[in-house]
Amino acid sequence: MGSRARLALVDALLAEQEVRPCAVLTLRWLARHAGVERGLCAVVESETGRLVGLTGLGLSLASVDAFSLDLNDRMHPLVVALAASEPVGFPGSGAGSGAGSGLDTPLGSDSFHAVPLGGPSESGDIGPGLLLVDAVDSAAEEDIRWAAEVLGVRLQSLWFRRSQVDERRYKREQSWLFGIINAVTDPILLTDSEGRILVANAGAEMLLTADDQKSEGRRRAVALNNMLFSASIFTSSSGGGPTRHELLLVDPTEGQDLLFEVMSTPVKIRAGETGTVSVLRNVTDLRRATDEIEEQYRKLRFAEAETRAERDRLDLILNSALDPILVTDPSGNIVLMNPPAERMFTVAPGDRSAEAERRVRANDAVFTSFVSGLYASQSLRWRGELSLIEPRSGATVPVEAISGKVLSKHGEDTAVVTILHDLTEAVEKQRLYEQVKRHSEELREKVREATAELAEQNELLRRQAFQLEQASAAKSQFLANVSHELRTPLNAIIGYTHLLLEGVSGELSRPQTEKLGRLESNARHLLSVINDLLDLARIESGKMPVQLERVVLQELIHEVMTEVEALIDGTRLTVTRHISDEVPEIHTDRQKVKQIVLNLLSNALKFTPQGSVSIRLDYEPEKEWISVSVADTGIGISEENQKTIFEAFQQADSSYARRQGGTGLGLTICRRLASILDGQITLISRLGEGSTFTLVLPRQPRET
Amino acid sequence: MSEPAETPQAPLVLVVDDVAHGREIFAEYLEFRGFRVATAADGLEALDKAFELLPDVILMDLSLPGLDGWEATKRLKSDERTKTIPIIALTAHALASAHDKAKAAGCDSVVTKPCIPRDLETEVRRQLAARSERS
Repeated sequence: MGSRARLALVDALLAEQEVRPCAVLTLRWLARHAGVERGLCAVVESETGRLVGLTGLGLSLASVDAFSLDLNDRMHPLVVALAASEPVGFPGSGAGSGAGSGLDTPLGSDSFHAVPLGGPSESGDIGPGLLLVDAVDSAAEEDIRWAAEVLGVRLQSLWFRRSQVDERRYKREQSWLFGIINAVTDPILLTDSEGRILVANAGAEMLLTADDQKSEGRRRAVALNNMLFSASIFTSSSGGGPTRHELLLVDPTEGQDLLFEVMSTPVKIRAGETGTVSVLRNVTDLRRATDEIEEQYRKLRFAEAETRAERDRLDLILNSALDPILVTDPSGNIVLMNPPAERMFTVAPGDRSAEAERRVRANDAVFTSFVSGLYASQSLRWRGELSLIEPRSGATVPVEAISGKVLSKHGEDTAVVTILHDLTEAVEKQRLYEQVKRHSEELREKVREATAELAEQNELLRRQAFQLEQASAAKSQFLANVSHELRTPLNAIIGYTHLLLEGVSGELSRPQTEKLGRLESNARHLLSVINDLLDLARIESGKMPVQLERVVLQELIHEVMTEVEALIDGTRLTVTRHISDEVPEIHTDRQKVKQIVLNLLSNALKFTPQGSVSIRLDYEPEKEWISVSVADTGIGISEENQKTIFEAFQQADSSYARRQGGTGLGLTICRRLASILDGQITLISRLGEGSTFTLVLPRQPRET
Repeated sequence: MSEPAETPQAPLVLVVDDVAHGREIFAEYLEFRGFRVATAADGLEALDKAFELLPDVILMDLSLPGLDGWEATKRLKSDERTKTIPIIALTAHALASAHDKAKAAGCDSVVTKPCIPRDLETEVRRQLAARSERS
């Protein structure tokens, strides 16, 4: 073997920096120079304490990788060979002797040599590896031993260098790793199966560690956090895979609650032990933000609902308004209208007549022109009266239009809202009002004229009434005075006549007595005339007092009959009485009734030369009238005279009457008195046949 | 025919009238009929005579000069000495109101003039009878 070939291997090995290629180069060199056909290079792996296959020659890759031998198996022939200084030969199974055949190697059952690699191994007594080669002739043995020596030295050199490089790199990478971990603000922790913290970054330390120099509060917060964290790790790691859960911790510095999202992943920390890497993300702000967003969203939903309700209400108002309401955009297009507006500005689906179309277009034109006026002007409101046409009927509809601009925030016109109010009724009302007003004014004028006239008349009447009253009062006073002034001398006449007739001044001759008798009779007549006149005056001036009382007419008639007894005795007349028992009491002025009855009866006796006089008392229940009739068979009264008989100083036969001593005032007074008592006196008479005077009285006067 | 006029028991009548013939007629007639009679022509004289003579009856004209009949009656009726003497008002006022006024003043009765002297005598006797009934 030339030394040049050995030098070439050394050069090649020194040029190679990797372990496996060095082994390959060595096996190839042996194949060329030592006749080796199959070989295996196995090296000691200190981490695992095993001898493992590195590379092979003439062997399958799988068999090389599969080769692995526990170095603790000290009795194994290959382990023994590893510690030997000389190559160990193992005979093949075909040779029938030695122990080699029982070994499980990639080289199979053939015989081989186990050559230890050069240099001491790290583990001390054993070398860095073994070179297994198939059996060669003894000439090549020297080359194999030399190559194993060189390769061992080279490998050890490479391993040493590599371990130095690895140490440096490891330290550098560890510092990078911690830099990275600490650069992450999220707390990151590695815990063992017991929950003890193996690694923690700065963020995690802040939460979970505290030395004795820290405050009591902080230490307590940290202790609490540790407890909470451990508990969460235990509960979440039960699954085995990565987990995610929330954890509420306390900020040891600020004291406030912090919410974290914890992502835990189980990791193998050493053989048979699983730890957990936990990354905590502070989601306190996120949660707050989420809550806030949810709140905002809820508010938004609420506001939206509000807005929708508001719009619905607006629609409802718009649709329920009886007046047409329209919204137009700045171009004058109608963008919104309520049903009443639709009736005026759209053609009803059921009526697509050309007439209706035309009317709607006309309305639209009128309306658009009105609204454009508002857009053109500066004012915000616009009022006008328009004349529209009802599309179906064609009737003219006067409307009042009130428009208002809707401005944007920037003061731009965005829309115009218009309300139309039907004026038909108002116009008609105005017309009727004008008419009524005119009539009313005419009427008022007429009333005013009439009133003025009436006032004038009233004034005249009032003046006349006043004058009449004055005249009446004057007349009454005059009569009273006259009466008084007549009575005084009459008193002297009657008195002296009486004295003479009574013989106070001595006996009188018969002719003297006769003449004095006539004088007295005339004086008495004069007195009764004066009395009647006074009565009449009092009645006419309304000064006759009325004294109402309960009166039994039967008794009253009896009294009257008694009083006229002397008069009856002086006649040859038959006087009869017919008194009904049915006549009730009446309410009246007894004195006046008596005066009337006495007068009627006296008249009957006076004016009846012969025949009879009868007096009747009757009662008419239905009308509640009482009647007192005096009938005679006397001279009677002509129809002509019947009309005037009740007037003053009217006697049917004056000469006769005078003979009878009448004053001509009796009936006048009777009728007036009857009238005062709400009664009346009627007369039935025929000239030459007699008269019937009837006094009719109510049971009670109207005014009591 | 007539009874002697002067009898101590004959009632005394005071006739008051401002009109001479009025006094004369009634005074003469009543004396003729047996009464004692005194006269007065006005209210004051009537009061003097009444208090002096204390007559049995007074015929009082109402319209008198000075103190009138109504006033004189009131005074007589309010005086203890004379208040029981019947006073017959004698007046030419025929209205009811005049009669009421006389009654209000205290007159016992009213006789309207013209008056037949005999009727007046009847009234005087009636008043005398009434008075004797009262006492």
